[in-house]
Amino acid sequence: MTKIGLEIHCQLTHLKSKLFCSCKANYREFEINENICPICMGLPGSLPRLNQEAVKKATIIAMALNCTTPEKIAFFRKNYFYPDLPKNFQITQLNIYGDTSVGGSGSIMVGDKKIRITRIQLEEDPGRLIYEGSSSKNQLTLVDYNRAGTPLVEIVTEPDFESPKQVREFLNILSDLLENLGVSDPSLEGAMRADANISIEGGKKVEVKNIGSFHDLEKAAHFEITRQNSLHSRDIEIIQETRHWDDKRKITVSSRSKEEDLDYRYFLEGDIPWVTIDAEILDNLKSEMPESVNSKKERYVSKYGIPIQVADVLSSDKYYSDLFEQSHSESNAKEIANIITTDLMGLVDTREKREDSKMTSTHLSDLVDSIQSGKISRNSAKNALHAMVKTGNNLSQIISELDLGNVSDESELSEIIQEIISAEPQAVEQARSNPQTINYLVGKVMQKTKGKADPKLTLDLLKKQIE
Amino acid sequence: MNLKISALEFAQQVQNGNISAEDFVAESIQRIQKIDGDLHAFLSVNDDAIEQARTIDKKIKSGDKVGACFGMPISIKDNMCIKNSKTTCASKMLENFIAPYDATVITKLKQQDAIFIGKVNMDEFAMGLSTEFSAYGPSKNPWNTDYVPGGSSGGSAVSVSAFECVASLGSDTGGSVRNPASFCSVVGYKPTYGLISRYGLISYANSIEQIGPLTRTVKDTAFLLNIIAGLDHNDNTTIDNHNEDYLSGIDSGIEGKKIGIISEMIGEGIDPTVLSATKDAISKLEGLGAICEEVSLDMVKYSVAAYYTITATEAGSNLARYDNLRYGYEFPVEGYEFNSYISKARQKFGPEVTRRMIIGGFVPSAGHAGKYFLKAMKVKSKLTKEINEAFKKFDLLIAPTVPILPFKIGEKIDDPVSLFLVDINTVTANLTGKPAISIPFTTSNGLPIGIQLFANSNQDKLLLQAAHALEQTVKLPEVPI
Repeated sequence: MTKIGLEIHCQLTHLKSKLFCSCKANYREFEINENICPICMGLPGSLPRLNQEAVKKATIIAMALNCTTPEKIAFFRKNYFYPDLPKNFQITQLNIYGDTSVGGSGSIMVGDKKIRITRIQLEEDPGRLIYEGSSSKNQLTLVDYNRAGTPLVEIVTEPDFESPKQVREFLNILSDLLENLGVSDPSLEGAMRADANISIEGGKKVEVKNIGSFHDLEKAAHFEITRQNSLHSRDIEIIQETRHWDDKRKITVSSRSKEEDLDYRYFLEGDIPWVTIDAEILDNLKSEMPESVNSKKERYVSKYGIPIQVADVLSSDKYYSDLFEQSHSESNAKEIANIITTDLMGLVDTREKREDSKMTSTHLSDLVDSIQSGKISRNSAKNALHAMVKTGNNLSQIISELDLGNVSDESELSEIIQEIISAEPQAVEQARSNPQTINYLVGKVMQKTKGKADPKLTLDLLKKQIE
Repeated sequence: MNLKISALEFAQQVQNGNISAEDFVAESIQRIQKIDGDLHAFLSVNDDAIEQARTIDKKIKSGDKVGACFGMPISIKDNMCIKNSKTTCASKMLENFIAPYDATVITKLKQQDAIFIGKVNMDEFAMGLSTEFSAYGPSKNPWNTDYVPGGSSGGSAVSVSAFECVASLGSDTGGSVRNPASFCSVVGYKPTYGLISRYGLISYANSIEQIGPLTRTVKDTAFLLNIIAGLDHNDNTTIDNHNEDYLSGIDSGIEGKKIGIISEMIGEGIDPTVLSATKDAISKLEGLGAICEEVSLDMVKYSVAAYYTITATEAGSNLARYDNLRYGYEFPVEGYEFNSYISKARQKFGPEVTRRMIIGGFVPSAGHAGKYFLKAMKVKSKLTKEINEAFKKFDLLIAPTVPILPFKIGEKIDDPVSLFLVDINTVTANLTGKPAISIPFTTSNGLPIGIQLFANSNQDKLLLQAAHALEQTVKLPEVPI
């Protein structure tokens, strides 16, 4: 049986500052080595200053993954030498001397399958290595420390996955959950990284490191299982080893380094006193926690009668569900959900488009109100939505600028209908004998008005005028 | 100009206009130039000190607000960061390290118009108790320059004892303030763990060490403590002392206080003259109305072993950052792979640091931690329990600061184990986080002997009161330099 266990590194991208200093957690906007200070550079004499917000966010993740949370948490030093690690040790958490990391033994359902969470720990991200130079002989290793000290939550699972598909389903759920909690933006490059432990029946455990995105994680698992199965079928022993994911060639490569032999000499980080997270703090955090994806989904279906597929899409994307929450009322909820999941989706499907979008929740509620009152047709609404995203102008401005308003003036519409009746004598005859076919004439009016004719008024007037 | 005044006297006299800060600082620098070639307390002298003193004099004359130090010349152990100054830890490894920021104690002293007259010598990275392990050569004891001044804050003790400055800041990981204070006949104090911010103090064994003043009098220590103690958001281990005034009520006396004499610190291996000095101190305390009796702290016999295991472990980690990639000394990286570069670069560490780093790589390692590091941590917690138990019965504890007299330079340098044992009376305060102070008590054949008092955590004020009371009974000869 295939067994996969994961170690997921998730940056707490929504925090203002790094884990132990006041440099920005959002290191991405800086020039190389511009987001650093004596603390995150580990300069002689500097001391870590724990970011209490990071502890809260990590605890929230632990609670959302149904983990146990100890009353006191501690930090440890993981000692090893690497150029991206300014202190040559990483401040992290572990549970070998009692349960002292932010979360322990939790679980999450992936369909009908329960995935157990071993622990959740809060730690600092190292810097980044940049390799320059063409041949290996004159290759340069440059170090950018902007990322060093960024708050990272490591989520460790038991080897409960049986297939890469399950891994993917889990990652989807986890991304949605982290995004919904407002702790991390999984779409940011490098915000989510993972290591995977993979074994097949009768084989030893292989650790695959350095997987830079959730997308590649599934691929890496696929590749590794195929590789191990092919060895197994040829009776070649699968050895216990560490492999690296090569994201250019999309394969795993055996690491010649002796990483597995490293002795990290873990011991308590004396510069950070134990942090108490008692029942009162937990209660406060719980009350601050946003509604879960599942609960939102259920509410959308039961309260507003939104179809389950629509509710699913809406609830699992924080951007959409936030928009929905801000714009809907009891009476227009269904229509708003519909517009978000059909018309809006294509317009704001990437991070960049969302950031550029000028549309607000007010736009959405105005739009739906106008559809419901017949001021604008569904068709024109699509165009209006496009303009809202692009310009941020208000609806009435957009309607007049793009001439999207419904033709609901009776005399104006009557004139148009009269024109159609004269031009389509056959159809008029037919409609008189078979009222079903009147829709053809309605369509013609719509064509003529570019979809702006008020549909109900058109039908009423048509019926009157052909009698 | 009398350089032999206390810090409090200095502040008062400058404030009253009896002396000028500039004259005093200038004369101190002249004295350093005259005698420090021999004593070698200083690693660097502040070129701007006289100019800074002049500025303070101007402020006084024009009636501006002046900080409580009034231009007091203070020396700083070279393991504390002063912005834009070289901070070497007496190591070749940090030969060119210029601190880009001020330690919290430095910031606080600057606000009170102290002048940092220079950075003083120490054992490399504060590992040692004789200052012989400085990469820039040993300091000498002003009482007899053939002898060590103690360590690791040897330069601090020498500079205060030889009147090169008014006071000094040292750091105490296992006795590094109290030991040289005892050997050089000055007051040396290690506060309750967390009372003084360590931000900007270069870590050796961060879980037990503290910055501490070395001064001529206990009152001077209280004066400095008033300035540098208290909560600091840059050091998460600091404690809130609610702006305690350690000078007020310092002469409250010790009438009726119960003092425990630690049996394990006056037993085997103690020099007879140190023992008789201790007995003398006890009878003086009794004369002041204290009630003294012996108390046993069984774990003291394992304390030095535990101390070296824990400090080596932490040092191995704290000093790992000195890979010379980001700062350090001139040594180009071209042509090296990372691991070979750093192992080569780290050869600049001196022999004692190297020894402790090797121990530090071993004792907490997988397969050995249970036998060494974790066992040492057990000793630490048992010792803490024992001393807490003792403090239920006693207000204070007493022992000689060092069980032996100062030894000659070179005498013990090749025998690390016998050097280690000199720490037996001082490491307990560090392992348990308790405050302790060494005060000059007497001399034997011209060599100083210090007496050490301990108090319970956060009883620093009581400790200073008791030390002040005992100090009043002491009459010492003048340092022969």
